[in-house]
Amino acid sequence: MSATPATSSLPQENRLRSLVDFYVTTMRTAVQQQFQYRAATYMYLVGMVAEPVIYLVVWSTIADQSGGTVGGLSAGEFAAYYIVWTLVRTMNIVFTPYGWESRIREGELSGQLLRPLHPIHYDLAWFAGGKIPWVLFYLPIAVVLTLVFNPTFDVRPLEVVVFGVAVWGAYLIRTFNQTALGLICFWTTRVGALFQLYIALELLLSGRLVPLTLFPEWVQTVAWFLPFRWTFYFPIQTLVGDLTNAELLGGLAMQVFWTVVGIGVFSLVWRHAIKRYTAVGN
Amino acid sequence: MSEVAVRVEDLRKVFEVPEREAGLKAATKSLVRRKTREVRAVDGISFEIAPGEIVGFLGPNGAGKTTTLKMLSGLLYVSGGEARVLGHIPSKRERDFLRRISLVMGNRNQLQWDLPALDSFELNRAIYRIPRPDFLALRDELIELLEIGDLVRKPVRQLSLGERMKVEIVGSLLHRPQVLFLDEPTIGLDVTMQKRLREFVAEYRQRHEATVMLTSHYMADVEALCERVIVIHHGKLLFDGDLAALSDTVAAWKTIAIVLENGAGDLSSYGDVIHRDGDLVTLRVPKAETARVTARLLAEQEVLDLNVEDPPIEDVIELVFAREAVE
Repeated sequence: MSATPATSSLPQENRLRSLVDFYVTTMRTAVQQQFQYRAATYMYLVGMVAEPVIYLVVWSTIADQSGGTVGGLSAGEFAAYYIVWTLVRTMNIVFTPYGWESRIREGELSGQLLRPLHPIHYDLAWFAGGKIPWVLFYLPIAVVLTLVFNPTFDVRPLEVVVFGVAVWGAYLIRTFNQTALGLICFWTTRVGALFQLYIALELLLSGRLVPLTLFPEWVQTVAWFLPFRWTFYFPIQTLVGDLTNAELLGGLAMQVFWTVVGIGVFSLVWRHAIKRYTAVGN
Repeated sequence: MSEVAVRVEDLRKVFEVPEREAGLKAATKSLVRRKTREVRAVDGISFEIAPGEIVGFLGPNGAGKTTTLKMLSGLLYVSGGEARVLGHIPSKRERDFLRRISLVMGNRNQLQWDLPALDSFELNRAIYRIPRPDFLALRDELIELLEIGDLVRKPVRQLSLGERMKVEIVGSLLHRPQVLFLDEPTIGLDVTMQKRLREFVAEYRQRHEATVMLTSHYMADVEALCERVIVIHHGKLLFDGDLAALSDTVAAWKTIAIVLENGAGDLSSYGDVIHRDGDLVTLRVPKAETARVTARLLAEQEVLDLNVEDPPIEDVIELVFAREAVE
C-alpha cells in the first residue's frame, strides 16, 4: 500500500471571506461571553479605572500646589490625559503571558493547535470583540470622570481619525509583544517574573505611569526608540496633545514598524517554540 | 494501487523529564545541576491503517497510546521514524491536513464554557471554512444521530459529563473528518451513554467512510467497534491483527461455565476452577482439550447448563501485558 492523500472532505469557503467570518464570529462570541458575566466585567473595569484615577488625583493636586501646572501640564490637561488613558487602556487589553503559561502548562493549547487556523487569530479576534462591551461600560465612567475633573480638550477631526487607528495599532503591538513573551513558557513554565519586568518597563516608558514629558530628556529619547511609547503615550497624545499632521502620521508609521517587528519576533519564536510542545495535561 | 490512511514506520517519541530527589538539599542542588532522564514514550512502532478501517489501539496506562495519537494528529513532533496521515506529515500541521482529521479526547473541553454549544459550532464553521448549507445539514444530522437537540441550546457548563461529551463529539465532527482519533471517548460515561456513543461512532464511520483509531479501557467499546486491534506496551508494539486472532494467539485456553443438577461438586479434575458462584462453576481448560473435557462433563455429571466460551478480552489483554513483562 502507498500513502496517497484522499480527496478533501468538504468543499471550502473562500479563504479571506472565511477569515473575516471567523473574526466576526469570534468577536460576537466574545461579546456574548462578556455580557454573560456583565457584573464581573464591570467590576473589572471599575478596578482598572482606579489606576488612572489615583495618578490623576496625585498629579492634579501637585499641579494645583505648583501654581497650576507641572511640567507645562495644567490640572485640566492631566484630567484629559488620564481620561483618554482609560480609554486607551481599555482598548489595548490583550491576552497576557499568564494566559500562555496556563495554556501550555495545562495543555489547553492542544485544542487550538488541532484547528486549521493559527491560535493568534483567536486571541486577536476575541480581545477585539471584548472591546465592544468594555468600551460601552467605559462610557459612563468617562462621563463621571469628565464631570468630576473638568478635562481640557482641543481636538481636531484628523486627530480623532488618527486616534481611531492608533488604538488598534497599540493593540497589535501589545498583542505580539506579550505573545512573544508568553511563548517563553515553552522553555520555562513560569514566565511571571519576566512579565513583571516587562510591565515595569511599560509603566515607565509608555506614558502609562506619567506623561513622558515629565521625564528627563534622555529618558524620552530612549522611550522613542522602544515600542512601549507607541502603545500608550502616542494614542493618548493624538487626542490630548498638540501634534502636527506629520507627527500624527509619523506616529502611525512607528506603530506599523513595531507591529511588523512584533510579528517577526513572534513568528520566529513560535517556529522554535512549537517543536517543544509536550501537550501534557490534555 | 490502494491508499493508506495512516502509516507509521519505526515511530519514536522521547521525552526528557527533569528528575530529583525529595527535600530541600536536592532542590538546592538542582539549581546548579539539573538532572534529566529520557523517557521513551513510543519506541519504534510500525503499522498501517487502510481508509475506512476502525482499529482499537490498546495498552495499559503509560503504554504510549495517547502520545502516538498526539503525534498522528500533529500536536507532538516525532523524535524518530515517520508518521503519515492522509499523505501528510502531521507535525507540519498543514491546513489541508487539519481540516481532514479530528482528535477527540474524553477529558478535553473544546467548547466555549459559558455559551450554548450552538455558538461553538458556529465558530467551528468559520474555522473550518465550511459552506453554511453543508454545515447546517451536517450539524442537524449529527444532532439528530446523538439526540441532543435540547442540549445544544444550554450553556456548556450546565451539561453533565455525558451530555458534554456528546456535544463535544458533534463539535469535533462538524468538518466531517476523514480520520478520527478517539482517545477514551467513553471515559466516565454510564453504560447507556457508552452504548449510545459506540453506536454513533459506528454510524458516523459507515455514513462518511471515515478511518477511526480508538483507544479505550472499556473492552466493550473495542469489541463492539473494532475487528482489528493494535496492542502496545512500554512504547513497543506487542500485537497487530484481528481481535479474534489475539485471543487465539495469546490465550491457549477456553472457559467452560457449567451448572450441575446436584450442586457444585469438586470439578478440579476437569480443569482449573477459576470462578465459583453458587451452582455456577467456571473452568479453564486448554483449547485443544475443550471438546474432550466437555464430553466428559456431559457423560459423567448431571449437567443443567453448559457454555463454552473464549476468554474475556480483558483477560486476554492482561495476558499480553503479563507475557511482555516476563519477557
